[in-house]
Amino acid sequence: MTDNPLVQDFATDWDHSDPQWVADPYPIWDDLRQRCPVAHTDRYGGGWFPSTHAGVAAIAKDTKNFTSRNVVIGNGRPTELDLPAPIGVAPPITSDPPFHALARKLILPAFAPRPINALEPMIRELCSSLLDGLSGEDIVNAGTKYAQYIPPGVIRGMLGFPEGDIEYFLELVHIIMEGVDHPEEERIIEFEPVEKYFVAQMEDHIDNPRDDLTSYLLKAELDGQKLAMEHVFGTMVLILVAGIDTTWSAIGAAIWHLAQNPDDLARLVAEPDLMPVAIEEFLRFYAPVTMARLVKHDMEYQGCPMKQDDWILLGFPAANRDPVAFKDADTFIIDRAENRHVAFGLGIHRCAGSNLARLEMRVALEEFIKRYPRFELADPPAVTWAPGQIRGPRNLPIRILR
Amino acid sequence: MKVRIDPEICQGQGRCFSIAPGIFDFDDLGNGVVIGDGTLTSDSIEQARLAQLNCPEHAIFIEE
Ligand code: HEM
Ligand code: SF4
Repeated sequence: MTDNPLVQDFATDWDHSDPQWVADPYPIWDDLRQRCPVAHTDRYGGGWFPSTHAGVAAIAKDTKNFTSRNVVIGNGRPTELDLPAPIGVAPPITSDPPFHALARKLILPAFAPRPINALEPMIRELCSSLLDGLSGEDIVNAGTKYAQYIPPGVIRGMLGFPEGDIEYFLELVHIIMEGVDHPEEERIIEFEPVEKYFVAQMEDHIDNPRDDLTSYLLKAELDGQKLAMEHVFGTMVLILVAGIDTTWSAIGAAIWHLAQNPDDLARLVAEPDLMPVAIEEFLRFYAPVTMARLVKHDMEYQGCPMKQDDWILLGFPAANRDPVAFKDADTFIIDRAENRHVAFGLGIHRCAGSNLARLEMRVALEEFIKRYPRFELADPPAVTWAPGQIRGPRNLPIRILR
Repeated sequence: MKVRIDPEICQGQGRCFSIAPGIFDFDDLGNGVVIGDGTLTSDSIEQARLAQLNCPEHAIFIEE
């Protein structure tokens, strides 16, 4: 990834894995918005990057001209071997209409506000016990010792996999995260232990159905037919891939912000009711997720000569900083009242897990600041940011102030 | 004044019912729905406007 030559001009040669973009993409996007609102690159087999809110929104909602067949930019153009639209590899995220609506409807009830809100006590207990494990330390790694463990712990609970298996479950999650973009032959081998464990859990749920996501998926029907085990397994893998690094990044970025902005931290400590509004601003300002599309056919679009199978990198985080759409877009305003941010995407693929993501963020931050009402970055240059399409702090050493 | 959500446009972003739970609720898929017939009072109109200004999909309409 970092073997690529450094970018000189992001308007004609953008690269989301360029070190400058990974370290601080916001000035790049501000410049592009003014100079070249749909930037081009010949890298990755050719692609386009819209950086305005209007440009991102138009493409996100346009499923006629763009397909979700592949949403993660790989090296070079996709091949015919990639599963075709409209179903795709990981429904619903890689599905196009009309199949998309079916696959999405299948999982939405499990992620609707009512079942998700019921998870709050479980999430609170998880956060609190993670913090217990760190107690007494002056410097805690809020990235690798706290935020990282919350989403997989929560999903383990939702799936109804045994609590005692958490260490092994984390190992399997790691295998999935590492292997998800490997070629299929490799992935099948790497995923063997994952499949073995997940199938054993599914079989246990078939024998002993209970009130959890696994039982829900095993009961669910598509066109009057129960889902094949492979479909249930695929959906579980998608939920893990879509729900873990994303939420980890969002929680980490919020803690990173609070560590450097004591006024915002003091306000949240003093006014707990502000948290939901603050979370929307964290999501706007530090939106972690950028998703890709493929151009369906040669066309002139927003003034650009697009070719079939060109990539589109949908800059939801860039749209969130567009001054046309947001007043003082480059200022973090913790009580921003009007906030139509698009951190969870727009249109039919809007994040299915957004209720869960918001709940995890709220509880994780509430518990962290309750335990540590004052803290700062222990070593600012030591903070590292994940490259690629999910951006958030990974190594995040925090000094606890007493 | 009345508020309504266009179900064709709403994607269940969930902003409306967290900002104005007295006016909006959600269905089993998590999409937004208006409680009752959507008639707004002088007290609730401001909340409905705020929800409208936060709906990323522009799915909320307030009409005379
Ligand atoms: C702060 C955390 C999160 C952010 C910022 C985020 C962001 C996004 C975005 C931008 C999309 C749209 C993708 C596209 O347009 O191609 C998406 C889709 C999706 N997300 Fe999330 N996500 C987060 C957490 C989660 C969680 C916790 C889950 C589930 C456990 C989840 C499950 C999904 C699924 C299933 C989709 C596909 C929906 C569809 O295609 O209809 N996400 N997410
Ligand atoms: S905020 Fe908008 S998109 Fe979200 S549930 Fe309400 S009406 Fe639907």
